[in-house]
Amino acid sequence: MAGAYGSFPRKEDARFIRGKGTFVDDIQLPGMLHGAILRSPLAHARIVSIDTAAAEGHPKVSAVITGQMLEARKLAWMPTLSSDVQAVLATDKVRFQGQEVAFVVAEDRYSARDALELISVEYEPLPVVVDATKALDPGAAVIRDDLEGQQDNHIFDWAAGDKAATDAVFAAADVVVAQDMLYPRSHPAPLETCGTVADMDPVSGKLTVWSTTQAPHAHRTLYAMIADLPEHKIRIVSPDIGGGFGNKVPIYPAYICAVVGSIMCGRPVKWVEDRSENLMSTAFARDYHMHGEIAATKDGRILGLRAKVLADHGAFNGSAQPSKFPAGFFHIFTGSYDLQAADCEVTGVYTNKAPGGVAYACSFRVTEAVYLVERMVDMLALELGMDPAELRLKNLLRPEQFPYTTPTGWEYDSGDYANTLRVALDIAGYADLRREQAEKREHGEYMGIGLSFFTEGVGAGPRQQMDILGLGMADGAHLRVHPTGKAVLAISVQTQGQGHETTFAQIVAQELGLSPDDVEVVHGDTDRTPFGLGTYGSRSTPVSGAAAALVARKVRERARIVAAAMLEASADDLEWANGTWHVRGDPEQGKTIAEIAMAAHSSLELPEGVEGHLDAETVYNPPSLTHPYGAYICVTDVDPGTGQVSVRRFIAVDDCGVRINPMIVEGQVHGGLADGVGMALMQVIAFDSDGNCLGGSFMDYLLPTSVECPSWELGETVTPSPHHPIGAKGVGESATVGSPPAVVNAVMDALKPYGVRHADMPLTPANVWSAIQGHPVRTDLAIT
Amino acid sequence: MQITVTVNGTPYSRDVEPRLLLIHFLRDELRLTGSHWGCDTSNCGACVVWLDDTPVKSCTVLSPMADGRRVLTVEGLEQAGVLDPIQQGFAECHGLQCGFCTPGMMLTSRWLLDHNPDPSPEQIREALSGQICRCTGYENIVRSVLWASKHERST
Repeated sequence: MAGAYGSFPRKEDARFIRGKGTFVDDIQLPGMLHGAILRSPLAHARIVSIDTAAAEGHPKVSAVITGQMLEARKLAWMPTLSSDVQAVLATDKVRFQGQEVAFVVAEDRYSARDALELISVEYEPLPVVVDATKALDPGAAVIRDDLEGQQDNHIFDWAAGDKAATDAVFAAADVVVAQDMLYPRSHPAPLETCGTVADMDPVSGKLTVWSTTQAPHAHRTLYAMIADLPEHKIRIVSPDIGGGFGNKVPIYPAYICAVVGSIMCGRPVKWVEDRSENLMSTAFARDYHMHGEIAATKDGRILGLRAKVLADHGAFNGSAQPSKFPAGFFHIFTGSYDLQAADCEVTGVYTNKAPGGVAYACSFRVTEAVYLVERMVDMLALELGMDPAELRLKNLLRPEQFPYTTPTGWEYDSGDYANTLRVALDIAGYADLRREQAEKREHGEYMGIGLSFFTEGVGAGPRQQMDILGLGMADGAHLRVHPTGKAVLAISVQTQGQGHETTFAQIVAQELGLSPDDVEVVHGDTDRTPFGLGTYGSRSTPVSGAAAALVARKVRERARIVAAAMLEASADDLEWANGTWHVRGDPEQGKTIAEIAMAAHSSLELPEGVEGHLDAETVYNPPSLTHPYGAYICVTDVDPGTGQVSVRRFIAVDDCGVRINPMIVEGQVHGGLADGVGMALMQVIAFDSDGNCLGGSFMDYLLPTSVECPSWELGETVTPSPHHPIGAKGVGESATVGSPPAVVNAVMDALKPYGVRHADMPLTPANVWSAIQGHPVRTDLAIT
Repeated sequence: MQITVTVNGTPYSRDVEPRLLLIHFLRDELRLTGSHWGCDTSNCGACVVWLDDTPVKSCTVLSPMADGRRVLTVEGLEQAGVLDPIQQGFAECHGLQCGFCTPGMMLTSRWLLDHNPDPSPEQIREALSGQICRCTGYENIVRSVLWASKHERST
């Protein structure tokens, strides 16, 4: 793209490479106190008593807050984003290990921790529900006895698609393949944990909250609703955020406690969780126990797909997703294929585990959907004796089918899927890889080649289908143009590393003929930015990026009227090209935005329709989602003696429409691919039979490092979104969504000579070795 | 107890609790917040600083252990307004996204380049294998270090 698009260096980097970023824990206010949370050591227990006297007697402690105290303020429970409630501090029972029980406010962070040791809580242990597949057993302990009428651990049943039509195509199919598979519980684990600094000004009554939040405006409204505070007296500031990946969407109990602590003590209160608290109590991801079935003709025409899912939502249904579908976007599980019928059924259950379910760059459960279909397609290829690339090429949607409505009701906007897959196959040298694999097998070496193809729906979203507690998913933008032509864009979305300060400046610069250096982007402060729902689900560019382009076009139209006055011409006779408004056919006499802005502030007699400056604002209501897609190929080598998997190559060809800043797009893809390697091979939050979390530190919850990751090989195709103002689609989560099945398919391909058809993630050496021995294991529970 | 630590060339004397971690000494006492805390268990490396001439994970070093010694943090990489090549490399090659792991990554990379001025991508990956980045997938971090190795200061 010409103009301001391109791999423009990031404006953010200047402060980060000097150690001059401002993250929440960097904030130090005069008189600031520190909070710490006492957490439950047990997964399920009745609270008999809490004795805080000793802690209150600690010389450096200012306050100890319990659930009982919060109850008096009607704050012991808070609403979740999925129409459930969650305990802020436990009053009756604890329902997962690590649940919040008390909050201490002290002079410094060490003293706050010391005081936690002085609180004694008497618990009466209760039977624990750890295994989601047993949560609905008769006699299973009822976790949510706080809910009126709740007699079991059932949350919801939900279905999509056409069951009768699907039954018919399955009945007529030559081949049906079925498989159980687990997408295990994982955690986004941004390198910066969650934290907050709450400062209630006792005189003005204004509450300022610095917080690690991906959605400052949504948080402000939620604080107002939860705490019954006046919304105009709440300011949420989201400063530099050290990664989010969905972990920083919800409001966590300790945020509320910090606010209460600040109100009680009349001083600012900081709370920053430690890594174990982050892994054990904040929004986890996945935990989908899936059964898939795929039906096809014997020559490889896919006819139908079925899915039956048991969704483990933990102790509170705190699934942070905005759709009206209880399983989020899971019913996009027919993926990128042209099939006749599909249906899915999802049942949600409570277990004694941390709440969450939607986080970690999953595009509201597209991750699980893509994993299911891509594993099923590979198993179908195995059953048919077909090459998995050939099977995909035969069944991918064709360009002429767009816009395409899937059997479960999704409308995809655009795509040339086979082309993208062929580009990936070319980069990989697919035929040569297959030859190499055949040779290696003869020598007893186990090399695997895995493919995946994904389609996402991102950019939530159309308000008929999506909202957060009644808030529609629109995003505002406000653009000021100073007299000298320098511009300030205020947006409602919040970067956590995505580089909004750069790309959004590029969007505006492109529309106005400016340099991105001349556009400053303001974000992350509810007092300085227009309302909007924030950054998650790859929605910043699809929604807020559209708002930025449209507000710049509004400015450009105002500039046209002023330019007409300057040129003594009719606005209708002007055209915009190469960064100037000029009379059609006379580009030499053009006026730049800077010249027009100065004129708009000058004594020039302004025509009707312009009040005196060029500033504009807008709100963008997305008419639809955008549908990025991609073809991924992973090459692995598996040591059958140890079960060790190494990822030798990874080829990723993404189509995210028009790329504003290709460098940033590629960087985001790189990060997502590492996520895929991590999830497929290393990461799991597992539990023992007592409900003890076995992934509570980076010693146990393994994340990929530089040595587990190969040098990524990227390619691109560009199919602009037909309804987005600049043709862009979201990309932030594409690689996290698309890569895990490619890795797993590659490992299963390597293990084909052993007759292994499936093993669940993570494919750790022990798990792979067990699979080779014919005994794949449950990866979500402790091996006892 | 009284300790004196020379951080980025400046000696600082403070009365600290013996248990105070070096990362908290730097961040909370000296307000040098460029070094980050990420895991408590020496796994993530966001807290890496140099103690004398060696990178250490300052979340598992007690501040009294730094008494009488030199510490280099990210704030000390830039000299007299001139960026260290490793800082330039990270900006040139998009070696950072959220920026949280970056100080530690740069300090370990600086040490690598001081000991191996022309590292291979594999050597860079090995040197950084004790540090976690959740954003970049490491590719551009490797490129950043390679860039720095090609653009070292002549002095």
